[in-house]
Amino acid sequence: MSDEVAIDQAVYDRLISEGKSERVARAKAKAATVRVKRAGEGWDIGPRAADANAAKLSEFKANVGGSGGGTATATAVADAPTGRLTPEERAARVAASLGQGNDSPSMGVPADPKHTHRMLALIPPSGIQQVTDKQQDKVYTWPHLLIVEFVAMLAVGALLLIVSFFIDATFRELANPNLTPNPSKAPWYFLGLQELLRYFHPMVAGVTLPTVVLVILMAMGYMDKNPSAKPENRKFATMAFTFFLIMWTIFTFAGSFFRGPGFNWVWPWVDGLFFEL
Amino acid sequence: MAKKPPTWTDIKTSTQDNVIWKSIFRPGSIYRKGYRDTSRDRALAAMNNVLYHLHPVKVKRHGLKLTYTYCLGGLSFFLFVLLTITGIFLMFFYRPTAGAGAELAYLDMQNLQAAVTFGNLVRNMHRWGAHLMVFTVFLHMARVFYHGAYKPPREFNWVVGVLLLLLTLLLSFTGYLLPWDQLAVWAVTVGTEMGGFTPVFGKQVQFVLLGGVVIGPNTLLRWYVLHVLFLPFVTVIFMAVHFWRIRKDGGISGPL
Repeated sequence: MSDEVAIDQAVYDRLISEGKSERVARAKAKAATVRVKRAGEGWDIGPRAADANAAKLSEFKANVGGSGGGTATATAVADAPTGRLTPEERAARVAASLGQGNDSPSMGVPADPKHTHRMLALIPPSGIQQVTDKQQDKVYTWPHLLIVEFVAMLAVGALLLIVSFFIDATFRELANPNLTPNPSKAPWYFLGLQELLRYFHPMVAGVTLPTVVLVILMAMGYMDKNPSAKPENRKFATMAFTFFLIMWTIFTFAGSFFRGPGFNWVWPWVDGLFFEL
Repeated sequence: MAKKPPTWTDIKTSTQDNVIWKSIFRPGSIYRKGYRDTSRDRALAAMNNVLYHLHPVKVKRHGLKLTYTYCLGGLSFFLFVLLTITGIFLMFFYRPTAGAGAELAYLDMQNLQAAVTFGNLVRNMHRWGAHLMVFTVFLHMARVFYHGAYKPPREFNWVVGVLLLLLTLLLSFTGYLLPWDQLAVWAVTVGTEMGGFTPVFGKQVQFVLLGGVVIGPNTLLRWYVLHVLFLPFVTVIFMAVHFWRIRKDGGISGPL
């Protein structure tokens, strides 16, 4: 609406004198102008019009809707003198075809030509889909996450390239099944296990213990009933896992750097390193 | 008057504004003409990208912090890809054959380091990358534990993760044998002797793994096939489940 609505000066002055703010007074004065204009054009507005509509509705329900559906509708249609349905008849017909009961909210609404909507379903206030996700603080994957990942990738790739340029991978003499090197060691990630071999029977150190550790690790999500992820709420879990990590690191370090010929204990700063990657 | 040479913008427009380019880069791609840095185009850039298999359109803000993940899972995957690429390169120059008079594996290794262009560099990258991957996967597990991210609903994905750690160790260990030098053969001897102590069927396990009672040419061929085909195949399947479950279980864990 581009037309500026004129202010009803009398209403405006009265509201100002009642102590209303200028903004409220102006708005109400404009509304008054519109009301007068529409009343002149024959619009039904305001509470009185609503009352009239409600009265019409209850009258209609008493006449048509009361007997509930088919019969009334048939009568209404048969009685129509012109062959053209009155708005009431049309509404009744629609109601009957939808098989609605009398208590249905749209039953018997007089079919106002301007009033074309009808109820198809009742939607609960919570909506049809249950949304369980909480609103979270999120950012777009592109560019935020992808750039971080890309930089991390480049950094590690570059690091690996530089290391590989300067340090050659180990390559010894041809395999000889008749010549056992002393010491012979497993790859570094198994040296913790090899260290355990010094203390336990091979079945325990090489099979039972790793299996038990793996099974416990996998079962952790099912065994740990504490739902909290906050460090202060899971001191025992943190402590137990840290203990496990430290033990494992100690065994791996011992097997890697403190075991020499015959897999006997050595001090690396005295006897040198017996460790190859 | 001579025709004006095309400007940089002209070249860019004619490159981007044709059917071939548009068939390659889907709407929303940052390489398409008319990409703007708006919420809509940022969302489309993620949705219309093959990376949509890995990443949702939006991620939790706290997960971007480097000190939350240290990128360990992503870097493990990156190293796996890098190891695949360098490994394919190495396969061109390597035959898994050993035995008296036919020590091809060892000879190929020597040849690779001495005569193949970038052969030594790629071999170094493969070896150091493999050690690094064992390390990053291990650290990734520790990180996930300390964030309590193994708890429901992620308990199954944690199991998949432990299996992936095991597969990483097996991949590294099977690759360890392939140079067929003293270090390789005796490290694997130590490792497989432990497997022989498995209760009930230990000797059978050892026999299947070695292709005999002691390490020999059969072992090399077996471990080669395990290393370049079987284990990567299984690992890729587990990785697919792992990455898919991250998204299904609600994305990255936390905030703490």
